Amino acid sequence: MALKGNLRDFTITQLLNLVNLAQKTGSLVIEGPSEVATITFREGKLAYARLNSEDGGLGAILHKSNVISAAQYGTLKTRAATMNDKELGLLLINSGYVTQDDILASLQSHFVDIIQKLFSWVEGMFHFDGDSNVPADKIPVRLDLENIIIEGSRRMREWEQLKDELPNLDLALKFTDRPGVNLKNINLSVEEWKVVSFINPKNSIAQIAKANKMSELDVRRIVYGLLQAGLVELVRVQGLDHSSLPGIDKAMPGKSKEEQKNLVNRLIGRIRSL
Amino acid sequence: MQTVKMVVTGPFNSGKTEFIQTVSEIDVVSTERKITSEAEKIKESTTVAMDFGRITVDDELVLYLFGTPGQKRFDFMWEILSEGMLGFIVMVDSTRPETFKEARAILETFRAYAPTPYVVAANKQDLEDAWDLDDMRIALRLDPDVKLLPAISVDRESVKTVLLELLTSILEEL
Repeated sequence: MALKGNLRDFTITQLLNLVNLAQKTGSLVIEGPSEVATITFREGKLAYARLNSEDGGLGAILHKSNVISAAQYGTLKTRAATMNDKELGLLLINSGYVTQDDILASLQSHFVDIIQKLFSWVEGMFHFDGDSNVPADKIPVRLDLENIIIEGSRRMREWEQLKDELPNLDLALKFTDRPGVNLKNINLSVEEWKVVSFINPKNSIAQIAKANKMSELDVRRIVYGLLQAGLVELVRVQGLDHSSLPGIDKAMPGKSKEEQKNLVNRLIGRIRSL
Repeated sequence: MQTVKMVVTGPFNSGKTEFIQTVSEIDVVSTERKITSEAEKIKESTTVAMDFGRITVDDELVLYLFGTPGQKRFDFMWEILSEGMLGFIVMVDSTRPETFKEARAILETFRAYAPTPYVVAANKQDLEDAWDLDDMRIALRLDPDVKLLPAISVDRESVKTVLLELLTSILEEL
C-alpha cells in the first residue's frame, strides 16, 4: 500500500520511526503550509534533505556552517556556478580550502536542521517514493535516525508546552513598568535582541516573528523567556478600536450605547436583588 | 424578549458548574458524564458539553450563564459557546496550582475568541490550602488592571460579587 497521508494523522516522528524500523530506501516528500521538503533515505538512514525554498547547494551550506566566508561564497557563486556539488567538493578539498570532514559535517548539520524544522509542521500532505534516490550531483550522507527522532520528540514536547503557555500570537508586547530594571544590564542573545527591538504595543507577536523571519517555535521560546523574566507583558494590539470592545456590541446587536448601558444596569440591579 | 449570555470557563474541577447552580433560578441543565480517566478521577462526573443556567431580569430581559467543559478534549465547544457573549469569568481553583498554567491558556484563548470584558475568580478561597490572591496574580501572570476576585462558588453572595464585578467592567467599557 502506498505510504501517503496527512501529518495530522501521522506525525513526522512516526514517519521517521517507520522508515528507521523498516529500513526503507526512497524519498519522503512533505508538502507543508508554505514549502515542500524532500528527505531521502538509504536502508533506513538519512542520506539527503532539501527544502524547496532554500539554496541547497554545497556552497550555501558551507557558508551557513561558517566553513567558508561570505567573500569565498560570493566567488564560488560566480566562478563555480556550473559545477555540481560533487565537483565543487573535490575542487575545494584539492585546493586545501576545506577537508572532507568539513563537508560531511556541514551537510549532516544542514540535513538535520531541515528535519528538525519539520517537527513543527502539524499540517501537510506526505508521500513516500521508493524509487527516488539522492540526486546524482549531490553528496549523500549516512546518518542514524534514532538521535534525530529523540531530539525531534523533545522539541515537539517543548512546542506543545510553549503553545499552552502562549497560545495567542495575535497579542502584542509591552515593557513592564518596573523601576530599576535596565535592559542594557541584562544579557540577551542576538535573537532575543531582535525580538526586543520590535516590542511595541502596535506589533503583534506574529508580526515580530515575520519581521525577524523566525518560526513560531523560536518566537514563542523567546517571548516566553522574556515574560518569565518579568521584562514584558502581553497586551492587546494598539491601533485597533478598543474604545468599546467589539464583542460587547456583538452581544447586544442593534442597541445604541445608551440602550446597552440601560441593559447592563438592569442586569446589575437584578443580580444585586438575588 | 432580549437575551444576553455570559460564559463561565476554567480548568477541570475549578467549580464552574457549582458557580452557575448557586445563582441560577432553574436547575442547571448540565451535560455531565461519569469520569472515566484515572488521572481526572478527583470527582465523580464532569461537564462534557456545557452547563446552562438562567436569571430572569424582567419581562423583556433574560441572562443566560453558560459553563464550558473543563476537560481539554472538549475544547472544540469553547468557540461555539463564546459566540456573542457579553463577558466571561475564568474560574481558577486556588488550591490547585498545577492548573494555573491551563487557566492562563484558557484565558488567552477566550480573549482571542471574543474581545469582551472578563474577570478571574480565585475559587475555593475558603479552603485552608488556597493560594493568596497576590501570589496567584503573579503565577497567573495577570496585569494589575485585570480583576482577580476571591470566590467561593457555593456561596451566593460571593458569586453575586463576581458577576457584579464583571458587569461593572462591561459598563465601564460602554
